[in-house]
Amino acid sequence: MKIVVCVSHVPDSAAKINIGADEKNIDKNGVSFILNPYDEFALEEALKIKDSIGADVVLVSVGGDEVKETIRKGLAMGADSGILLKTNAYRDSISTAKLIAEEIKLQGANLVFLGKQSIDGDNGVVGQLVAEILGFNSVSVAVSFNLNGDKIVAEREIEGGREVVETSLPAVITAQKGLNDPRYASLKGIMAAKKKVIDEKEVTVSEIGVELIKLKKPAQKQAGKILGKDSSAVPELVRLLKEEAKVI
Amino acid sequence: MSNKILVFVEQRNGEIKKSSLEAVKAGSLFAEQLGISSEAVVIGNEITNFNSISNYGISNVTHLKSADLALYSTTGYSQALSEYAKGTNADILFFANSSMAKDLAPHIAIQLDASLAMDCVELNIQNGEIIATRPVYAGKALAEIRLTKSTKIYTIRPNTFPLGEGNGKNTEVKIKEILNVNLSTKVTELKQNNDKIDVAEASIIVSGGRGLQAPENFAMLEELAKLLNAAVGASRAAVDAGWRPHGDQVGQTGKTVSPNLYIAVGISGAIQHLAGMRSSKYIVAINKDPEAPIFAAADYGIAGDAFEIVPKLIEELKK
Ligand SMILES: Cc1cc2nc3c(=O)[nH]c(=O)nc-3n(C[C@H](O)[C@H](O)[C@H](O)COP(=O)(O)OP(=O)(O)OC[C@H]3O[C@@H](n4cnc5c(N)ncnc54)[C@H](O)[C@@H]3O)c2cc1C
Ligand SMILES: Nc1ncnc2c1ncn2[C@@H]1O[C@H](COP(=O)(O)O)[C@@H](O)[C@H]1O
Repeated sequence: MKIVVCVSHVPDSAAKINIGADEKNIDKNGVSFILNPYDEFALEEALKIKDSIGADVVLVSVGGDEVKETIRKGLAMGADSGILLKTNAYRDSISTAKLIAEEIKLQGANLVFLGKQSIDGDNGVVGQLVAEILGFNSVSVAVSFNLNGDKIVAEREIEGGREVVETSLPAVITAQKGLNDPRYASLKGIMAAKKKVIDEKEVTVSEIGVELIKLKKPAQKQAGKILGKDSSAVPELVRLLKEEAKVI
Repeated sequence: MSNKILVFVEQRNGEIKKSSLEAVKAGSLFAEQLGISSEAVVIGNEITNFNSISNYGISNVTHLKSADLALYSTTGYSQALSEYAKGTNADILFFANSSMAKDLAPHIAIQLDASLAMDCVELNIQNGEIIATRPVYAGKALAEIRLTKSTKIYTIRPNTFPLGEGNGKNTEVKIKEILNVNLSTKVTELKQNNDKIDVAEASIIVSGGRGLQAPENFAMLEELAKLLNAAVGASRAAVDAGWRPHGDQVGQTGKTVSPNLYIAVGISGAIQHLAGMRSSKYIVAINKDPEAPIFAAADYGIAGDAFEIVPKLIEELKK
């Protein structure tokens, strides 16, 4: 069986984000990039299947040349090969999903894992979009996943609990923290990754449905008031919450 | 020129969700400003009480009804909703940015060939069309966007349009029975964490971090939360230590919250934690280190020992 795992290349969660002069891109100076944390859960789930019943795990990523670094990380964790759908063009989630869906069709995969969200655009939609484009079933924000033949039982996280979802292959699953504990790349894995193939394919982005007007910084909060250093400040805090903020 | 705003109203266990009513309010507000009509649609089976819907401004309400739609189904709900949207010529769809909407909206976007804006924290009208603002990079930046396809979908972060007083109007509901529900993906069971208020839905959150030192010390936060009708949240350090369940985690790899009041106790205010709560209306920090970064994000702070301050706060609120 062939499993596709989609990975994105994102700024480290601790990175300071500055907006570039064009107001459309972030300033990448000094920002380190990582494999999107949720995609590690996605890849781990695919690798678990590979370990138990055998599978060919193919990474797919859309972006510029720099994304190869992230694909290598996934190869080092244990994926078999990688595909870079190469473009530097501005995309919205739907145009990204269309490119990915096209590639999944070419690969003939019937199980696809993605992260629940890419921590750059924070849209959380590519998996569901890919599923709908391909006519696959989908479970998003999965915290547990079980495959038995072509039957799937998964749980997804919702407000205040979980939903148990039943569906079947072909399917797209998006991974939430808690699904598994991603393995670390071993030294052997890192060495082996250097020999694995990354297939680069130039792609063109279709119609865009979202125009980015500009990026901006959120309004800076005024530094708050420190009301005191011990419990004598509590009555004043309660008064402010009641009378100034009016939130209690 | 747009035609009609359709608001998706979510129910769970037959009860209408408050965040959806905020979307109803936003829908009626924007329809009025754009000079177009609005309607609301609920999907489910038995629904306890629709009254709150018209109360927040939309009088045209339809219930898409089937026993097969009592619990969520990606395929069943998306099919019912997009068919309804097509039939009624709605070209703007509003959702509350809930777990259900996050799953449903992208499916609808493909089915309706629509543009999609997730998790909007601001909507404005410029030159007769909606401009949306949404957080990116975990709220470290905001993107101002315009949807360019003729059908547009917006999901709105809870607490963006506070409910306030309703108009007291009664809701008249049209029922439309849905036949042949596509259940190729279906929820077979709902596992709820008893009656706990979820951090993603609460209007007040009391959160604890490593500074609380042990799981049993969350009892005082539970007590404080009870007095405030609040949810209890946690930092990742508290979750990783096994003191609290992952569902309570606030931050970049936990939940994004925007309550009216967020009280952070023994939380340093790491950038990944701030990512999940910085859009709260008011932030209170209780931390013994006056240099802790949480104070820079807070409106009010007490730089002292949580074990002294929280009990005093409980006492004061009981007065
Ligand atoms: C990829 C990634 C994702 C992450 N995602 C998240 C996330 O979603 N959510 C999240 O929270 N973190 C996240 N983190 C972790 C984050 O960087 C911090 O490590 C974490 O938030 C620290 O939790 P804390 O504030 O509880 O602990 P600490 O940073 O250890 O802070 C404890 C605080 O308690 C104070 N304190 C100690 N004793 C007392 C007392 N008696 N009274 C009052 N105050 C006291 C101390 O002064 C200190 O400021 C992430 C990190 C990474 C790398
Ligand atoms: N450029 C990309 N290339 C490959 N996969 C992506 C890309 N962007 C997003 N994804 C996948 O889609 C998931 C959800 O992303 P998003 O909808 O952008 O938040 C991510 O966790 C990735 O698995």
